[in-house]
Amino acid sequence: MAETKVLERKPLSLAERSNLPQIVSGLKTTVSHMFRKKVTLQYPEVRPTLPEGYRGVPTLVHDPHGREKCVSCQLCEFVCPPKAIRITPGEIDPEAETAHVEKAPKEFEIDMLRCIYCGLCEEVCPEEAIFLQDVYSMTGYSREEMVNNKEKLYELGGTLPDHHYKWDKKRAAEDAAKARGYAHS
Amino acid sequence: MELVPLLLKILYAAIMLVVVLTIAGYSVLIERKVSAYQHGRIGPNRTTTPFIRPIPVIGPLLTRLGIIQLPADGLKFLFKEDFTPPYVNRPFFWAAPLIAFVPSLAVIAVIPFGQYTSPLTGEMIPLVLAPMDLGVIFVLAIGSLSVYGVVLAGWGSNSKYSFLGGIRSSAQMISYELSLGLSIFPVFLWMNAPGSDAGLSLSSVVEAQNTMWFLITCPLSAFLFLVGIFAETNRLPFDMAESETDLVGGFHTEYSSFKFGLFFVGEYGAMAVGSALFVLLFLGGWNFLPFLANPWPAGWIGSVLSVLWFLVKVVGMITFFVLIRWTLPRYRFDQVMKLGWTVLLPLAIANLIVNAAAVAIHDLW
Repeated sequence: MAETKVLERKPLSLAERSNLPQIVSGLKTTVSHMFRKKVTLQYPEVRPTLPEGYRGVPTLVHDPHGREKCVSCQLCEFVCPPKAIRITPGEIDPEAETAHVEKAPKEFEIDMLRCIYCGLCEEVCPEEAIFLQDVYSMTGYSREEMVNNKEKLYELGGTLPDHHYKWDKKRAAEDAAKARGYAHS
Repeated sequence: MELVPLLLKILYAAIMLVVVLTIAGYSVLIERKVSAYQHGRIGPNRTTTPFIRPIPVIGPLLTRLGIIQLPADGLKFLFKEDFTPPYVNRPFFWAAPLIAFVPSLAVIAVIPFGQYTSPLTGEMIPLVLAPMDLGVIFVLAIGSLSVYGVVLAGWGSNSKYSFLGGIRSSAQMISYELSLGLSIFPVFLWMNAPGSDAGLSLSSVVEAQNTMWFLITCPLSAFLFLVGIFAETNRLPFDMAESETDLVGGFHTEYSSFKFGLFFVGEYGAMAVGSALFVLLFLGGWNFLPFLANPWPAGWIGSVLSVLWFLVKVVGMITFFVLIRWTLPRYRFDQVMKLGWTVLLPLAIANLIVNAAAVAIHDLW
Protein backbone atom coordinates (compact mmCIF):
# COMPACT_ATOMS: atom_id res chain seq x y z
CA MET A 1 0.00 0.00 0.00
CA ALA A 2 1.55 3.20 -1.11
CA GLU A 3 1.79 5.84 1.47
CA THR A 4 -0.06 9.02 0.64
CA LYS A 5 1.96 12.11 1.31
CA VAL A 6 -0.12 15.16 1.92
CA LEU A 7 1.71 18.30 0.89
CA GLU A 8 0.89 21.38 2.81
CA ARG A 9 -0.03 24.24 0.52
CA LYS A 10 1.08 27.50 1.99
CA PRO A 11 -1.30 30.40 1.65
CA LEU A 12 -0.08 33.08 -0.74
CA SER A 13 1.75 35.96 0.85
CA LEU A 14 0.46 39.49 0.41
CA ALA A 15 3.17 40.23 -2.14
CA GLU A 16 2.19 37.18 -4.13
CA ARG A 17 -1.48 38.02 -3.99
CA SER A 18 -0.83 41.55 -5.22
CA ASN A 19 0.81 40.07 -8.39
CA LEU A 20 3.27 42.95 -8.43
CA PRO A 21 6.58 41.08 -7.93
CA GLN A 22 5.40 38.63 -10.55
CA ILE A 23 4.64 41.44 -12.96
CA VAL A 24 8.10 42.89 -12.40
CA SER A 25 9.85 39.58 -13.01
CA GLY A 26 7.63 39.01 -16.04
CA LEU A 27 8.57 42.41 -17.40
CA LYS A 28 12.23 41.50 -16.96
CA THR A 29 11.66 38.50 -19.21
CA THR A 30 9.78 40.46 -21.85
CA VAL A 31 12.34 43.25 -21.89
CA SER A 32 15.18 40.75 -22.23
CA HIS A 33 13.35 39.26 -25.22
CA MET A 34 13.46 42.67 -26.91
CA PHE A 35 17.24 42.42 -27.23
CA ARG A 36 17.61 38.71 -27.82
CA LYS A 37 18.98 37.42 -31.09
CA LYS A 38 16.18 36.91 -33.61
CA VAL A 39 15.64 33.46 -35.01
CA THR A 40 13.96 34.59 -38.22
CA LEU A 41 15.44 33.25 -41.44
CA GLN A 42 14.98 35.69 -44.33
CA TYR A 43 13.57 32.83 -46.35
CA PRO A 44 13.82 33.30 -50.07
CA GLU A 45 17.26 34.92 -49.75
CA VAL A 46 18.57 32.76 -46.92
CA ARG A 47 17.85 29.06 -47.13
CA PRO A 48 17.87 26.74 -44.15
CA THR A 49 20.77 24.27 -43.87
CA LEU A 50 19.20 20.88 -44.41
CA PRO A 51 20.19 17.95 -42.24
CA GLU A 52 22.02 14.92 -43.62
CA GLY A 53 19.61 12.45 -45.17
CA TYR A 54 16.93 15.06 -45.85
CA ARG A 55 14.20 13.70 -48.09
CA GLY A 56 13.30 16.33 -50.64
CA VAL A 57 11.78 16.01 -54.08
CA PRO A 58 12.70 12.66 -55.76
CA THR A 59 15.07 13.21 -58.68
CA LEU A 60 16.93 11.15 -61.27
CA VAL A 61 20.70 11.39 -61.49
CA HIS A 62 23.47 10.88 -64.02
CA ASP A 63 26.71 9.19 -63.09
CA PRO A 64 29.97 11.18 -63.43
CA HIS A 65 30.43 9.91 -66.98
CA GLY A 66 27.11 11.43 -67.93
CA ARG A 67 25.25 8.13 -68.33
CA GLU A 68 21.66 8.12 -67.18
CA LYS A 69 21.60 5.54 -64.43
CA CYS A 70 17.97 4.51 -64.57
CA VAL A 71 17.45 1.26 -66.48
CA SER A 72 13.63 1.44 -66.25
CA CYS A 73 13.31 -1.70 -64.17
CA GLN A 74 10.14 -0.17 -62.72
CA LEU A 75 10.87 -1.34 -59.17
CA CYS A 76 10.24 2.16 -57.87
CA GLU A 77 7.00 2.33 -59.80
CA PHE A 78 5.82 -0.88 -58.13
CA VAL A 79 7.01 0.03 -54.63
CA CYS A 80 5.67 3.57 -54.68
CA PRO A 81 2.88 3.58 -52.03
CA PRO A 82 0.81 6.41 -53.52
CA LYS A 83 1.50 5.30 -57.10
CA ALA A 84 3.12 8.61 -57.98
CA ILE A 85 5.67 7.18 -60.42
CA ARG A 86 4.84 6.22 -64.00
CA ILE A 87 7.64 4.82 -66.19
CA THR A 88 7.49 4.13 -69.90
CA PRO A 89 10.40 1.74 -70.54
CA GLY A 90 12.49 2.17 -73.62
CA GLU A 91 15.55 0.62 -75.24
CA ILE A 92 18.96 2.12 -75.69
CA ASP A 93 20.10 2.62 -79.24
CA PRO A 94 22.24 -0.49 -80.10
CA GLU A 95 24.82 1.78 -81.71
CA ALA A 96 25.32 3.78 -78.54
CA GLU A 97 28.37 3.40 -76.37
CA THR A 98 26.26 2.18 -73.45
CA ALA A 99 24.30 -0.28 -75.56
CA HIS A 100 25.12 -3.12 -73.17
CA VAL A 101 22.93 -1.50 -70.51
CA GLU A 102 20.06 -2.30 -72.89
CA LYS A 103 17.28 -0.30 -71.27
CA ALA A 104 16.58 3.27 -70.26
CA PRO A 105 13.30 5.00 -69.53
CA LYS A 106 11.60 6.57 -72.49
CA GLU A 107 9.51 8.66 -70.17
CA PHE A 108 9.67 8.95 -66.40
CA GLU A 109 6.97 10.89 -64.58
CA ILE A 110 6.60 11.58 -60.89
CA ASP A 111 3.33 13.21 -59.88
CA MET A 112 4.34 15.53 -57.03
CA LEU A 113 0.71 15.92 -56.01
CA ARG A 114 0.75 12.22 -55.13
CA CYS A 115 4.31 11.82 -53.86
CA ILE A 116 4.56 11.42 -50.10
CA TYR A 117 8.35 11.81 -49.92
CA CYS A 118 8.68 8.40 -48.24
CA GLY A 119 11.94 7.59 -49.99
CA LEU A 120 11.02 3.98 -50.79
CA CYS A 121 11.93 4.57 -54.45
CA GLU A 122 15.43 5.60 -53.45
CA GLU A 123 15.69 2.61 -51.13
CA VAL A 124 14.50 0.07 -53.66
CA CYS A 125 16.48 1.33 -56.67
CA PRO A 126 19.13 -1.28 -57.62
CA GLU A 127 20.92 1.21 -59.87
CA GLU A 128 21.16 4.09 -57.38
CA ALA A 129 19.46 6.21 -59.97
CA ILE A 130 16.71 7.92 -57.99
CA PHE A 131 17.47 10.13 -55.01
CA LEU A 132 15.46 12.35 -52.70
CA GLN A 133 17.71 15.36 -52.59
CA ASP A 134 17.51 18.85 -51.13
CA VAL A 135 14.78 20.43 -53.26
CA TYR A 136 11.83 21.09 -50.96
CA SER A 137 9.88 23.83 -52.69
CA MET A 138 7.69 22.49 -55.49
CA THR A 139 5.09 24.90 -56.79
CA GLY A 140 2.96 25.16 -59.87
CA TYR A 141 -0.17 26.78 -61.21
CA SER A 142 -1.79 23.62 -62.57
CA ARG A 143 -1.91 19.90 -61.92
CA GLU A 144 0.08 19.32 -65.10
CA GLU A 145 2.86 21.57 -63.85
CA MET A 146 3.15 19.49 -60.70
CA VAL A 147 4.07 16.37 -62.67
CA ASN A 148 7.82 16.14 -63.08
CA ASN A 149 8.79 14.61 -66.40
CA LYS A 150 12.07 12.94 -67.22
CA GLU A 151 13.77 16.11 -68.38
CA LYS A 152 12.77 17.95 -65.22
CA LEU A 153 13.83 15.05 -63.02
CA TYR A 154 17.33 14.96 -64.51
CA GLU A 155 17.57 18.73 -64.30
CA LEU A 156 16.70 18.59 -60.60
CA GLY A 157 18.92 15.60 -59.94
CA GLY A 158 22.15 16.56 -61.66
CA THR A 159 25.16 14.31 -61.27
CA LEU A 160 26.05 12.34 -58.18
CA PRO A 161 29.32 10.46 -57.51
CA ASP A 162 29.23 6.76 -58.30
CA HIS A 163 31.08 4.26 -56.11
CA HIS A 164 30.69 1.18 -58.29
CA TYR A 165 30.57 1.96 -62.02
CA LYS A 166 28.68 -1.30 -62.21
CA TRP A 167 28.12 -1.26 -65.97
CA ASP A 168 31.71 -0.31 -66.78
CA LYS A 169 32.92 -3.22 -64.66
CA LYS A 170 30.45 -5.50 -66.38
CA ARG A 171 31.71 -4.52 -69.81
CA ALA A 172 35.34 -4.85 -68.70
CA ALA A 173 34.58 -8.36 -67.38
CA GLU A 174 32.81 -9.29 -70.61
CA ASP A 175 35.68 -7.97 -72.67
CA ALA A 176 38.19 -9.89 -70.54
CA ALA A 177 36.12 -13.07 -70.85
CA LYS A 178 35.85 -12.58 -74.59
CA ALA A 179 39.61 -12.17 -74.83
CA ARG A 180 40.02 -15.53 -73.10
CA GLY A 181 37.48 -17.15 -75.37
CA TYR A 182 34.59 -17.49 -72.93
CA ALA A 183 32.19 -15.32 -74.87
CA HIS A 184 28.68 -16.00 -73.71
CA SER A 185 26.54 -13.32 -75.10
CA MET B 1 -14.69 85.72 -34.08
CA GLU B 2 -12.53 87.03 -36.84
CA LEU B 3 -11.96 84.94 -39.90
CA VAL B 4 -8.16 84.62 -39.87
CA PRO B 5 -7.74 83.32 -36.28
CA LEU B 6 -10.63 80.95 -36.91
CA LEU B 7 -9.00 79.56 -40.04
CA LEU B 8 -5.70 79.26 -38.18
CA LYS B 9 -7.42 77.29 -35.43
CA ILE B 10 -8.95 74.96 -37.99
CA LEU B 11 -5.55 74.54 -39.63
CA TYR B 12 -3.90 73.75 -36.30
CA ALA B 13 -6.67 71.29 -35.49
CA ALA B 14 -6.21 69.57 -38.86
CA ILE B 15 -2.44 69.31 -38.35
CA MET B 16 -2.94 67.99 -34.83
CA LEU B 17 -5.46 65.43 -36.07
CA VAL B 18 -3.11 64.20 -38.77
CA VAL B 19 -0.22 63.95 -36.31
CA VAL B 20 -2.24 62.09 -33.69
CA LEU B 21 -3.70 59.69 -36.27
CA THR B 22 -0.19 59.05 -37.55
CA ILE B 23 1.03 58.32 -34.04
CA ALA B 24 -1.97 56.06 -33.46
CA GLY B 25 -1.22 54.30 -36.73
CA TYR B 26 2.42 53.88 -35.97
CA SER B 27 1.63 52.52 -32.54
CA VAL B 28 0.24 49.59 -34.52
CA LEU B 29 3.70 49.27 -36.00
CA ILE B 30 5.23 49.48 -32.51
CA GLU B 31 2.84 46.77 -31.42
CA ARG B 32 3.75 44.54 -34.34
CA LYS B 33 7.48 45.08 -33.96
CA VAL B 34 7.54 44.53 -30.20
CA SER B 35 5.31 41.48 -30.55
CA ALA B 36 7.70 40.13 -33.16
CA TYR B 37 10.68 40.73 -30.88
CA GLN B 38 8.92 38.83 -28.12
CA HIS B 39 8.64 35.86 -30.47
CA GLY B 40 12.22 36.14 -31.63
CA ARG B 41 11.00 37.35 -35.00
CA ILE B 42 11.94 40.49 -36.94
CA GLY B 43 8.49 41.83 -37.73
CA PRO B 44 7.34 43.67 -40.84
CA ASN B 45 10.46 44.45 -42.86
CA ARG B 46 9.54 43.96 -46.52
CA THR B 47 6.81 46.37 -47.52
CA THR B 48 8.17 49.19 -49.59
CA THR B 49 7.34 51.47 -52.46
CA PRO B 50 9.27 52.10 -55.69
CA PHE B 51 10.31 55.60 -54.64
CA ILE B 52 11.58 54.66 -51.19
CA ARG B 53 13.54 51.52 -51.96
CA PRO B 54 16.17 53.15 -54.21
CA ILE B 55 17.21 55.88 -51.72
CA PRO B 56 20.75 54.83 -50.80
CA VAL B 57 21.13 54.05 -47.07
CA ILE B 58 17.81 55.35 -45.79
CA GLY B 59 15.59 53.40 -48.20
CA PRO B 60 16.55 49.90 -47.08
CA LEU B 61 16.62 51.09 -43.45
CA LEU B 62 13.07 52.44 -43.66
CA THR B 63 11.96 49.26 -45.37
CA ARG B 64 13.52 47.17 -42.60
CA LEU B 65 11.76 49.27 -39.99
CA GLY B 66 8.45 48.60 -41.74
CA ILE B 67 7.59 52.27 -42.18
CA ILE B 68 5.46 51.56 -45.26
CA GLN B 69 3.57 48.74 -43.56
CA LEU B 70 1.09 51.19 -42.01
CA PRO B 71 -0.20 52.80 -45.24
CA ALA B 72 -0.22 49.37 -46.87
CA ASP B 73 -2.35 47.93 -44.07
CA GLY B 74 -4.62 50.96 -44.04
CA LEU B 75 -5.25 50.82 -47.77
CA LYS B 76 -5.90 47.12 -47.52
CA PHE B 77 -8.60 47.85 -44.93
CA LEU B 78 -10.31 50.43 -47.10
CA PHE B 79 -10.45 48.16 -50.13
CA LYS B 80 -12.06 45.30 -48.27
CA GLU B 81 -15.74 44.59 -48.62
CA ASP B 82 -17.81 46.57 -46.16
CA PHE B 83 -20.31 43.95 -45.16
CA THR B 84 -23.31 44.74 -42.98
CA PRO B 85 -24.93 41.57 -41.68
CA PRO B 86 -28.70 41.50 -42.33
CA TYR B 87 -29.63 40.94 -38.69
CA VAL B 88 -27.96 44.02 -37.20
CA ASN B 89 -29.72 47.03 -35.77
CA ARG B 90 -28.60 49.46 -38.43
CA PRO B 91 -28.67 52.87 -36.69
CA PHE B 92 -26.69 51.55 -33.71
CA PHE B 93 -24.44 49.48 -35.91
CA TRP B 94 -23.50 52.52 -37.97
CA ALA B 95 -23.22 54.95 -35.09
CA ALA B 96 -21.03 52.74 -32.88
CA PRO B 97 -17.71 53.08 -34.72
CA LEU B 98 -18.08 56.86 -34.81
CA ILE B 99 -18.96 57.05 -31.14
CA ALA B 100 -15.96 54.89 -30.31
CA PHE B 101 -13.69 56.91 -32.56
CA VAL B 102 -14.64 60.52 -31.85
CA PRO B 103 -14.12 60.76 -28.06
CA SER B 104 -10.59 59.42 -28.18
CA LEU B 105 -9.75 62.12 -30.73
CA ALA B 106 -11.78 64.91 -29.13
CA VAL B 107 -9.60 64.59 -26.05
CA ILE B 108 -6.51 65.68 -27.98
CA ALA B 109 -7.88 69.23 -28.11
CA VAL B 110 -6.89 69.84 -24.50
CA ILE B 111 -3.69 67.84 -24.42
CA PRO B 112 -0.63 70.12 -24.32
CA PHE B 113 2.40 68.76 -26.10
CA GLY B 114 5.18 71.28 -25.66
CA GLN B 115 6.13 74.74 -24.52
CA TYR B 116 7.18 77.98 -26.10
CA THR B 117 9.36 80.26 -24.06
CA SER B 118 9.31 83.77 -25.40
CA PRO B 119 12.93 84.92 -25.83
CA LEU B 120 11.94 88.52 -25.01
CA THR B 121 9.85 88.23 -21.87
CA GLY B 122 10.86 84.76 -20.70
CA GLU B 123 7.19 83.92 -20.41
CA MET B 124 6.32 80.25 -20.96
CA ILE B 125 3.33 79.39 -23.12
CA PRO B 126 2.20 75.76 -23.34
CA LEU B 127 1.46 74.52 -26.85
CA VAL B 128 -2.09 73.24 -26.83
CA LEU B 129 -5.02 73.37 -29.21
CA ALA B 130 -7.59 74.56 -26.67
CA PRO B 131 -6.10 75.97 -23.46
CA MET B 132 -8.93 74.92 -21.19
CA ASP B 133 -8.92 75.54 -17.45
CA LEU B 134 -10.89 72.37 -16.84
CA GLY B 135 -8.58 70.20 -18.96
CA VAL B 136 -8.59 67.17 -16.71
CA ILE B 137 -12.34 67.19 -16.16
CA PHE B 138 -12.83 67.47 -19.93
CA VAL B 139 -10.55 64.51 -20.54
CA LEU B 140 -12.34 62.36 -17.98
CA ALA B 141 -15.78 63.37 -19.20
CA ILE B 142 -15.16 62.89 -22.92
CA GLY B 143 -12.97 59.84 -22.43
CA SER B 144 -15.72 58.04 -20.56
CA LEU B 145 -18.04 58.54 -23.54
CA SER B 146 -16.08 56.03 -25.57
CA VAL B 147 -17.72 53.23 -23.58
CA TYR B 148 -20.92 53.98 -25.48
CA GLY B 149 -19.26 53.02 -28.74
CA VAL B 150 -18.47 49.61 -27.33
CA VAL B 151 -21.91 49.20 -25.76
CA LEU B 152 -23.73 50.22 -28.94
CA ALA B 153 -21.54 48.00 -31.08
CA GLY B 154 -22.24 45.05 -28.81
CA TRP B 155 -25.94 45.75 -28.72
CA GLY B 156 -26.46 46.74 -32.35
CA SER B 157 -24.51 43.80 -33.79
CA ASN B 158 -27.23 41.47 -32.54
CA SER B 159 -24.77 38.61 -32.11
CA LYS B 160 -23.91 36.72 -28.96
CA TYR B 161 -20.17 37.34 -29.17
CA SER B 162 -20.55 41.06 -29.70
CA PHE B 163 -23.16 41.18 -26.98
CA LEU B 164 -20.97 39.43 -24.43
CA GLY B 165 -17.98 41.56 -25.40
CA GLY B 166 -20.03 44.74 -25.10
CA ILE B 167 -21.47 43.76 -21.72
CA ARG B 168 -18.13 42.77 -20.30
CA SER B 169 -16.33 45.82 -21.45
CA SER B 170 -19.04 48.25 -20.40
CA ALA B 171 -19.01 46.76 -16.90
CA GLN B 172 -15.24 46.92 -16.85
CA MET B 173 -14.90 50.45 -18.18
CA ILE B 174 -17.51 51.83 -15.81
CA SER B 175 -15.90 50.08 -12.82
CA TYR B 176 -12.40 51.29 -13.57
CA GLU B 177 -13.55 54.80 -14.36
CA LEU B 178 -14.05 55.31 -10.62
CA SER B 179 -10.55 54.45 -9.51
CA LEU B 180 -9.15 56.22 -12.57
CA GLY B 181 -10.89 59.47 -11.66
CA LEU B 182 -10.10 59.19 -7.97
CA SER B 183 -6.45 58.43 -8.63
CA ILE B 184 -5.87 61.81 -10.28
CA PHE B 185 -7.34 63.88 -7.44
CA PRO B 186 -4.28 63.70 -5.12
CA VAL B 187 -2.17 65.21 -7.88
CA PHE B 188 -4.50 68.18 -8.14
CA LEU B 189 -4.78 68.40 -4.36
CA TRP B 190 -1.03 68.90 -4.13
CA MET B 191 -1.02 71.36 -7.02
CA ASN B 192 -3.82 73.41 -5.52
CA ALA B 193 -2.66 73.12 -1.93
CA PRO B 194 -3.26 76.30 0.08
CA GLY B 195 -0.85 78.90 -1.10
CA SER B 196 -0.67 77.69 -4.67
CA ASP B 197 -3.37 78.04 -7.23
CA ALA B 198 -2.62 76.05 -10.35
CA GLY B 199 -6.10 75.18 -11.55
CA LEU B 200 -7.13 72.00 -13.30
CA SER B 201 -5.56 72.40 -16.73
CA LEU B 202 -3.14 69.80 -17.97
CA SER B 203 -0.45 72.31 -18.82
CA SER B 204 -0.37 73.49 -15.20
CA VAL B 205 0.26 69.89 -14.14
CA VAL B 206 3.34 69.89 -16.30
CA GLU B 207 4.47 73.23 -14.88
CA ALA B 208 4.03 71.84 -11.37
CA GLN B 209 6.38 68.98 -12.29
CA ASN B 210 9.15 71.29 -13.34
CA THR B 211 11.70 69.70 -11.05
CA MET B 212 9.84 66.82 -9.47
CA TRP B 213 7.64 64.29 -11.20
CA PHE B 214 4.38 63.18 -9.64
CA LEU B 215 5.43 59.62 -10.32
CA ILE B 216 7.86 60.04 -7.41
CA THR B 217 5.68 62.08 -5.08
CA CYS B 218 2.42 60.20 -5.70
CA PRO B 219 3.49 56.70 -6.79
CA LEU B 220 0.25 55.04 -5.72
CA SER B 221 -1.76 57.52 -7.78
CA ALA B 222 0.46 56.82 -10.74
CA PHE B 223 -0.01 53.08 -10.36
CA LEU B 224 -3.79 53.33 -10.00
CA PHE B 225 -4.00 55.66 -12.98
CA LEU B 226 -1.88 53.31 -15.06
CA VAL B 227 -4.08 50.33 -14.23
CA GLY B 228 -7.17 52.42 -14.95
CA ILE B 229 -5.80 53.52 -18.32
CA PHE B 230 -5.03 49.92 -19.23
CA ALA B 231 -8.63 49.02 -18.39
CA GLU B 232 -10.12 52.05 -20.15
CA THR B 233 -8.22 51.40 -23.36
CA ASN B 234 -9.15 47.71 -23.24
CA ARG B 235 -5.55 46.63 -23.38
CA LEU B 236 -4.32 43.37 -21.96
CA PRO B 237 -4.52 42.23 -19.15
CA PHE B 238 -7.99 43.84 -19.22
CA ASP B 239 -8.80 42.81 -22.75
CA MET B 240 -12.41 42.01 -21.86
CA ALA B 241 -13.97 43.75 -24.85
CA GLU B 242 -12.15 41.70 -27.46
CA SER B 243 -10.91 38.55 -25.70
CA GLU B 244 -10.44 36.96 -29.10
CA THR B 245 -9.73 33.59 -27.52
CA ASP B 246 -13.25 33.18 -26.19
CA LEU B 247 -15.35 35.82 -28.00
CA VAL B 248 -14.02 35.67 -31.59
CA GLY B 249 -13.54 39.44 -31.73
CA GLY B 250 -15.76 40.72 -28.96
CA PHE B 251 -17.75 43.85 -29.66
CA HIS B 252 -16.41 44.30 -33.20
CA THR B 253 -16.98 40.72 -34.37
CA GLU B 254 -19.53 41.77 -36.99
CA TYR B 255 -17.64 44.76 -38.33
CA SER B 256 -15.58 44.83 -41.48
CA SER B 257 -13.57 47.18 -43.64
CA PHE B 258 -13.85 50.86 -42.86
CA LYS B 259 -16.08 50.54 -39.80
CA PHE B 260 -13.71 48.05 -38.26
CA GLY B 261 -10.86 50.37 -39.20
CA LEU B 262 -12.51 53.14 -37.19
CA PHE B 263 -12.68 50.90 -34.12
CA PHE B 264 -9.11 49.89 -34.69
CA VAL B 265 -7.78 53.42 -35.03
CA GLY B 266 -9.97 54.55 -32.13
CA GLU B 267 -8.48 51.84 -29.95
CA TYR B 268 -4.92 52.75 -30.78
CA GLY B 269 -5.77 56.44 -30.60
CA ALA B 270 -7.08 55.85 -27.10
CA MET B 271 -3.86 54.08 -26.26
CA ALA B 272 -1.78 56.99 -27.58
CA VAL B 273 -3.92 59.52 -25.73
CA GLY B 274 -3.77 57.42 -22.56
CA SER B 275 0.02 57.29 -22.82
CA ALA B 276 0.12 61.04 -23.36
CA LEU B 277 -2.08 61.59 -20.29
CA PHE B 278 0.13 59.41 -18.13
CA VAL B 279 3.19 61.25 -19.36
CA LEU B 280 1.56 64.62 -18.66
CA LEU B 281 0.26 63.73 -15.22
CA PHE B 282 3.07 61.63 -13.80
CA LEU B 283 6.13 61.65 -16.03
CA GLY B 284 6.58 65.39 -16.16
CA GLY B 285 5.24 66.01 -19.65
CA TRP B 286 7.96 67.72 -21.66
CA ASN B 287 10.09 68.48 -18.60
CA PHE B 288 13.53 67.03 -19.08
CA LEU B 289 14.25 64.82 -16.06
CA PRO B 290 13.35 65.00 -12.38
CA PHE B 291 15.74 67.11 -10.27
CA LEU B 292 17.07 68.78 -13.41
CA ALA B 293 16.07 72.12 -14.86
CA ASN B 294 14.77 72.09 -18.44
CA PRO B 295 17.59 72.54 -20.93
CA TRP B 296 15.20 73.82 -23.62
CA PRO B 297 16.44 77.18 -24.91
CA ALA B 298 14.02 80.02 -25.47
CA GLY B 299 12.44 80.39 -28.89
CA TRP B 300 11.31 77.87 -31.45
CA ILE B 301 14.24 75.50 -31.11
CA GLY B 302 13.36 74.99 -27.48
CA SER B 303 9.75 74.27 -28.24
CA VAL B 304 10.65 71.79 -30.96
CA LEU B 305 12.98 70.03 -28.50
CA SER B 306 10.30 69.98 -25.82
CA VAL B 307 7.75 68.52 -28.23
CA LEU B 308 10.22 65.87 -29.34
CA TRP B 309 11.05 64.97 -25.73
CA PHE B 310 7.35 64.67 -25.00
CA LEU B 311 6.91 62.40 -28.02
CA VAL B 312 9.82 60.23 -26.90
CA LYS B 313 8.11 59.72 -23.56
CA VAL B 314 4.77 58.95 -25.21
CA VAL B 315 6.35 56.41 -27.53
CA GLY B 316 8.08 54.87 -24.54
CA MET B 317 4.73 54.56 -22.77
CA ILE B 318 3.14 52.97 -25.86
CA THR B 319 5.99 50.46 -25.93
CA PHE B 320 5.34 49.78 -22.26
CA PHE B 321 1.68 49.12 -23.05
CA VAL B 322 2.71 46.54 -25.63
CA LEU B 323 5.28 44.97 -23.30
CA ILE B 324 2.63 44.53 -20.64
CA ARG B 325 0.51 42.79 -23.23
CA TRP B 326 3.22 40.17 -23.66
CA THR B 327 3.89 39.93 -19.92
CA LEU B 328 0.46 39.29 -18.44
CA PRO B 329 -2.29 36.90 -19.40
CA ARG B 330 -5.85 38.16 -19.46
CA TYR B 331 -7.72 38.30 -16.16
CA ARG B 332 -10.92 36.37 -15.92
CA PHE B 333 -14.03 38.58 -15.92
CA ASP B 334 -14.85 37.98 -12.24
CA GLN B 335 -11.21 38.68 -11.36
CA VAL B 336 -11.39 41.96 -13.23
CA MET B 337 -14.51 42.98 -11.33
CA LYS B 338 -13.08 41.86 -8.01
CA LEU B 339 -9.84 43.71 -8.61
CA GLY B 340 -11.65 46.86 -9.64
CA TRP B 341 -14.18 47.05 -6.85
CA THR B 342 -12.47 45.43 -3.86
CA VAL B 343 -8.86 46.45 -4.41
CA LEU B 344 -8.40 49.42 -6.68
CA LEU B 345 -11.39 51.49 -5.57
CA PRO B 346 -10.64 51.23 -1.80
CA LEU B 347 -6.98 51.89 -2.56
CA ALA B 348 -7.90 54.97 -4.58
CA ILE B 349 -10.15 56.29 -1.80
CA ALA B 350 -7.50 55.61 0.84
CA ASN B 351 -4.92 57.28 -1.34
CA LEU B 352 -7.13 60.33 -1.69
CA ILE B 353 -7.77 60.55 2.07
CA VAL B 354 -4.12 60.09 2.99
CA ASN B 355 -3.00 62.70 0.48
CA ALA B 356 -5.70 65.12 1.60
CA ALA B 357 -4.56 64.68 5.20
CA ALA B 358 -0.97 65.17 4.11
CA VAL B 359 -1.87 68.38 2.31
CA ALA B 360 -3.69 69.61 5.41
CA ILE B 361 -0.74 68.75 7.69
CA HIS B 362 1.65 70.33 5.20
CA ASP B 363 -0.47 73.50 5.41
CA LEU B 364 -0.40 73.55 9.22
CA TRP B 365 3.38 73.51 9.31
